[in-house]
Amino acid sequence: MTDVELGAGLAEEVRRHGERAYPEEACGFLVGEAASASGTARRRIVRVESMENRVGDQRTRRFVIPPDEVRRFERSLEGSHELLVGFYHSHPDHPAVPSQFDQEHAWPWYTYLVLSVAHGRADELGAFELDPDERRFRPVECTVDAPPLPRE
Amino acid sequence: MMATVPVRIPTPLRSFVGGAAVAEVEATTLGGALRALVARHGALEKHLYSADGTLRNFVNVYVNDEDMRQLDGPATPLRAGDTVTIVPAIAGGSPGPSAAAPARPAAVGPAVGGDGEPRLTPDQLRRYSRHLLLPEIGVEGQKKLRAAKVLLVGAGGLGAPAALYLAAAGVGELGLVDFDVVEASNLQRQVLFSTADIGRPKLDAARDRLTGLNPDVVVRPFPHRLTGDNALEVLRPYDVVVDGTDNFPTRYLVNDASVLLGKPNVYGSIYRFEGQASVFDARRGPCYRCLYPEPPPPGLVPSCAEGGVLGVLPGLIGTLQAIETVKLLTGAGEPLYGRLLLFDALAMRFRELRLQKNPDCVLCGPHATQHGLIDYPAFCGVGAEPEAPAAGLPTISPTELAARLAADDPPFVLDVREPNEWEIGRIPGATLIPLGELPNRLTELTRAREVVVYCRTGGRSRRAVQLLLDLGFTRVENLEGGLHAWSDQVDPRIPKY
Repeated sequence: MTDVELGAGLAEEVRRHGERAYPEEACGFLVGEAASASGTARRRIVRVESMENRVGDQRTRRFVIPPDEVRRFERSLEGSHELLVGFYHSHPDHPAVPSQFDQEHAWPWYTYLVLSVAHGRADELGAFELDPDERRFRPVECTVDAPPLPRE
Repeated sequence: MMATVPVRIPTPLRSFVGGAAVAEVEATTLGGALRALVARHGALEKHLYSADGTLRNFVNVYVNDEDMRQLDGPATPLRAGDTVTIVPAIAGGSPGPSAAAPARPAAVGPAVGGDGEPRLTPDQLRRYSRHLLLPEIGVEGQKKLRAAKVLLVGAGGLGAPAALYLAAAGVGELGLVDFDVVEASNLQRQVLFSTADIGRPKLDAARDRLTGLNPDVVVRPFPHRLTGDNALEVLRPYDVVVDGTDNFPTRYLVNDASVLLGKPNVYGSIYRFEGQASVFDARRGPCYRCLYPEPPPPGLVPSCAEGGVLGVLPGLIGTLQAIETVKLLTGAGEPLYGRLLLFDALAMRFRELRLQKNPDCVLCGPHATQHGLIDYPAFCGVGAEPEAPAAGLPTISPTELAARLAADDPPFVLDVREPNEWEIGRIPGATLIPLGELPNRLTELTRAREVVVYCRTGGRSRRAVQLLLDLGFTRVENLEGGLHAWSDQVDPRIPKY
């Protein structure tokens, strides 16, 4: 399992997107440093890219990023030092743990961030990775760079 | 006609094909190509195919730039020069249907909140009607309170009002940590107990009182000292921790365990006429260690047992803690994150300090070095037993002192308590010099004569003995157990307080 490091402000960006999209699910890409993407103990996420939730209905409890979008995004990173390393999505009024549906649709290797948004306010943020042998999600450690200090 | 076709493997699956971005297979159709791929790299199968043998619905396969769904699916024929690409689609969602909820602040309690909780019973509707009338709480908020678990560390001055109000408010489970018995001196402020409870274990008395107040509440007693060995297990099941401790080792322990478990810690403290309250939650603001990275030297800050406390004061601060707890659980209002509320009863004034997260905090800062619990008595420079005698200091027992006072050449008896304590009772013939004044009044002592020092129970006098020894006095002794022990062993007419 690969632990992840979230760059400064990225958790806030995910939280804000989750709150904006509420009561619908928000989703987006996690972009990592290619050098730290594979084979290292820690994967460093340097950018998040919000996506439109393209599911047809039930947007309060489902999200989809269609393969064309994934493909287009991956192509945009080709030749750069960045790599698509995972996805985030929000759970409106549900805990920050992957659902059965998430697990059934998950890919190995990617990092999955799940944000709980309770009554419109971002709450917990959890990080997970699929255990490739058992096809079950396992929590991974997610270190968040310190947010800016609150102002007086 | 078999064709050799490259299959482009997406990043997440490359580890199953030896790290390659492309795998070549021989096939006539797209379905055949995928089967050939899986035949060669068996670990891929469960990620591409469901148990029933069909391609998983989030696995998308392109031939050149065409989605196979636009072609003939798995039957799509392949020719030399074609490229097959596997592309992830990403899908997910929440468990179960989620009703659109009105915009309300976040609740830290049970994350699913009132949703799916059983209805309030008619008895509960009557009992909590004044809450149900508040739009900020309402039926949903009341269900959240009922589903919530709150741990009160300490059933003393702060824990007593907090426990009473949280039980009355309908919090589903109250855990109580305390291992003391009710003493007469508790009753001036610990409104959870009555005179008939003197001598009973506090948690027995508390359980009777709280379940009598609200039979819906489950009271879970932990009649043990909270330590680094048990704290994580004790705190883990709870949504909110209320710190009503009276000593620094436990206060740091409660803070550290709360930070490590990601729980809000509703803090309160009192001394004489002043109180403080805040809500520490390292996920949203500073923790107690951000405010006080290290404890004060032992003995510098007296406890309420030494310095006294206005009995009503914990009633106010403990009630503020109960209010903050209810707000956290229901999501109502603005919690005291990052704010330290200071109360001065004599001036009757509240002040508020802004607290910032300490970037160097060893526990919750970005470069935290502490990832577990530590030895708290050692960290705070005190023995595991706060009243344990300091090793090596000369002592004298009350009966020995009584004998020496009756004999020739009696020792000089020094009382280092405060004048108001002196008024309550004293050892005959003693001289009063409060501990704080001692360094400036040394001339009143004579080095030629033996000095016996006492206070209420032996803590302050121990520091005085140490001070005198450090200054070169050679014949100094501490009265073991202080005036209380004197009352027990020599003169029961001296009141204990």
